[in-house]
Amino acid sequence: MTQDMFGKPIDILLVEDNPGDARLAMEALKDSKVRNNLYLVQDGVEAMQFLHHEGQYAQSPRPDLILLDLNLPKKDGREVLAEIKSDPDLKRIPVVILTVSKAEEDILKTYNLHANCYISKPIDLGQFIKVVKSIEDFWLTIVKLPNGSGS
Amino acid sequence: MQQERLDILLAEDSPGDIRLIEEAFAENDTEHRLHVVRNGMETVDFLRKQGPFNHAPRPDLIILDLNLPQKDGREVLAEIKTDSVLKQIPVIVLTVSEAEDDVRESYNLRANCYISKPVDFRRFLASVRSILSFWLTVASLPEKLGADSVKTVSPRR
Repeated sequence: MTQDMFGKPIDILLVEDNPGDARLAMEALKDSKVRNNLYLVQDGVEAMQFLHHEGQYAQSPRPDLILLDLNLPKKDGREVLAEIKSDPDLKRIPVVILTVSKAEEDILKTYNLHANCYISKPIDLGQFIKVVKSIEDFWLTIVKLPNGSGS
Repeated sequence: MQQERLDILLAEDSPGDIRLIEEAFAENDTEHRLHVVRNGMETVDFLRKQGPFNHAPRPDLIILDLNLPQKDGREVLAEIKTDSVLKQIPVIVLTVSEAEDDVRESYNLRANCYISKPVDFRRFLASVRSILSFWLTVASLPEKLGADSVKTVSPRR
């Protein structure tokens, strides 16, 4: 079980610039049997601000899980990943790459940057929702997430 | 979503757990292959193609117990994830401990995910099924390169 014994919801940071994909992901996760709070940022700079509690994100929680698109405006998702995974406070947070690219070099590069998992987004709507559900089933109910967020 | 045949390395010393995992694996009826090693030294030998394992394929996925004899799973994890060639291989820690320290340490050592083994065998089976389903059909795995690829059959120059 990934919720601690006090039933604290899981905080998920979704880094996604495509509003349609963001909406789908949020809808799918809202129905989750595991209580979660979903936070959305839409570019790489905001992602880092959120994670560093800067500016408007001064009160943001440390996420338990990050869903990260690679193709982001302002700061590329690969850079965001590299920064997260080289930061001693952030590197433990599982990062699930959820992106359009199926390119082998992207897959390889992101695993080498210590992405926890890489998933290429299905084009089909129904499949996309299924994939988000699979992420939820696996990462929220089977996996033990590191408890770093001061709970 | 993986077309070619995958090699999964299971590093596990408990015979009962090996049996359960093999069962879950067999249910899938795929061409994928499960390789079992039973201690930390064997795990490293397999990955480095040493000793009896010099023809071992490079695994596409590793399922790793932390409590391995001869060389601890945490050490094995550290070795894998600091090796420039091996580090890309997803490592799923599947172990008894639920201790926060172990979870933290494993993620710090770059485990891709950590799963503590349910005590109940049905739940254990269900967890293993979830692992296989997620990593073999949802997640994309880095492709094998060069001589490890099933496709390569050309003779050595």
